[in-house]
Amino acid sequence: MKILVAVKQVPERDAQVHVAADGKWIDEGDLSYTINEPDAYALEEALQLKEKHGGEVVVVCAGPERVTSTLREALAKGADRAIHIEADDLGERDTLGVARMLADAMKGESPDLILTGLQSDDLGLGQTGVVMAELMGIPHATLIMHVEKTDAGLKVKRELEDGWFQHVEMPLPALLTIQSGGNKLRYATLMGIKKAKTKETKTVSAAAAGGKAVSLERVYLPEKQKKTEMLTGTPAEIAAKLVEKLKFEVRVI
Amino acid sequence: MSGVLVVMEQRGGVLNRMSLEALAAGQALAAMVGGECSAALLGTVGVAVSGATKVYSVEHALLKDYTADGYVIALEQLVKKLAPSYVVFPHTYQVRDFAPALATRFGQVLISDVTGIHAGPVFVRQLLQGKLNADYKQVGNGPCFVSVQAGSFRADAAGAGDYIAAEVFVPELSAAQIRNKPGELFRESAQTVDLSAAPVIVSVGRGIGEESNIAMVQELATALGAELAASRPICDNGWLPMERQVGSSGQTVSPKLYLAVGISGAIQHLVGMKGSKAVIAINKDEHAPIFEVADVGVVGDLFEIVPELTKAVVAAKG
Repeated sequence: MKILVAVKQVPERDAQVHVAADGKWIDEGDLSYTINEPDAYALEEALQLKEKHGGEVVVVCAGPERVTSTLREALAKGADRAIHIEADDLGERDTLGVARMLADAMKGESPDLILTGLQSDDLGLGQTGVVMAELMGIPHATLIMHVEKTDAGLKVKRELEDGWFQHVEMPLPALLTIQSGGNKLRYATLMGIKKAKTKETKTVSAAAAGGKAVSLERVYLPEKQKKTEMLTGTPAEIAAKLVEKLKFEVRVI
Repeated sequence: MSGVLVVMEQRGGVLNRMSLEALAAGQALAAMVGGECSAALLGTVGVAVSGATKVYSVEHALLKDYTADGYVIALEQLVKKLAPSYVVFPHTYQVRDFAPALATRFGQVLISDVTGIHAGPVFVRQLLQGKLNADYKQVGNGPCFVSVQAGSFRADAAGAGDYIAAEVFVPELSAAQIRNKPGELFRESAQTVDLSAAPVIVSVGRGIGEESNIAMVQELATALGAELAASRPICDNGWLPMERQVGSSGQTVSPKLYLAVGISGAIQHLVGMKGSKAVIAINKDEHAPIFEVADVGVVGDLFEIVPELTKAVVAAKG
């Protein structure tokens, strides 16, 4: 099975973010970046499918030069090849523009299966995978916890709300968006890191950004929904203040 | 083109709460941009809707069980026929599965997970796990597709008015167009932990760092007579069972006290606990979104504060 995995590079979760001077995005100056966590689970699922059924795993990422570090890490974990779609203007493209760029790069590969994370940790729109499937004319399923290959195609386990699940059968080629938690993520081994240096990364340039359907006008700090009373002091003082609250205000002691 | 079409969701003939909230959002949007607010339902016959100008029942044997293909094809035809300016959805897992593809068919992009609508209209949604808010606008021509986050609009106001008799819309749909074969819904195992009934919950998140540190939070929960719960990453790692997860993919809780330890407060977690009567949050990051919904906040090292708090609770109960 030839599996393509679309991954995104996003700011580290713990990163202190600041709104950029133009108010339209965050200051990228001293941010550190990492693989989008749901995409890491998509990569893991792809690697496990390859280990079971053979084939090839190709990892694809769009973005500026810095995203090659995320591609190298995926190669070190076991992906066979990488495709870097060089684009310095992701912010100028909406979901449809980004999905089109990824779909264009993937079409020539004729994959059996495309995997990606269910959403990104930065924009969180949760749509790129579904839009790619629509553009490529292949079936999709979202929020997938488990993938099983069958004679006819795939049987996948979809997560629904409130602890409910559903199995869905579908033909190949197909696209799945992977939910976190279905697998345990692996670390790159020293051997893997060494091997990654010999693996191919193809660089393709992105087509110019077209028109947009939606635009991000402004980013800003959220307003507080509640007036929060902040407690300060030594840990012992804070503990004492909290106990007072638990006793006399919340009344749970 | 004019007006707002709200696509509602039902299961077993009952509208879910998020659909009523989406209707409230649709009504607010219609009042803002002018025009009528209509509603559409897919699949089953006989769900009564009030609070919309018109109700369309999209009926076809192939829509009985949800498939993305069936819903996209049927709604593409309905949206083309009605030509609304805005199409509003509840941001459910089902909507996430098909609405982006539907918008793509119109050359549009769904503005997903919207928490507010301002004049313009400007659609507000969160970025970076709730650290920032963002204003989005539609700039393309064609229907604007929007999905609304749970708890962002008030459902109780939405259903007012007389029940409307639905107009039936039968889409052209054939079995060959539906590529996926959906199975029955199921639950993993009988849930043995009902967090929704717990009066006190101590909940632990990513900030705990390692599995072995969970015991420290368990001690606090035991001291308080509380149930131990967690945010998704803790359950993803297998440090606590999935049935202890609070949030959109886990349980929804509304205890007297929700004590959040090392939880940053991504929106998927907040929707599961913001109905709590009192929220106390301990987190090292003063900008963590959990503090937006907390009544009492402590910015600090949970590894220092939690043991002290456990000691103080035990002493107070003494």
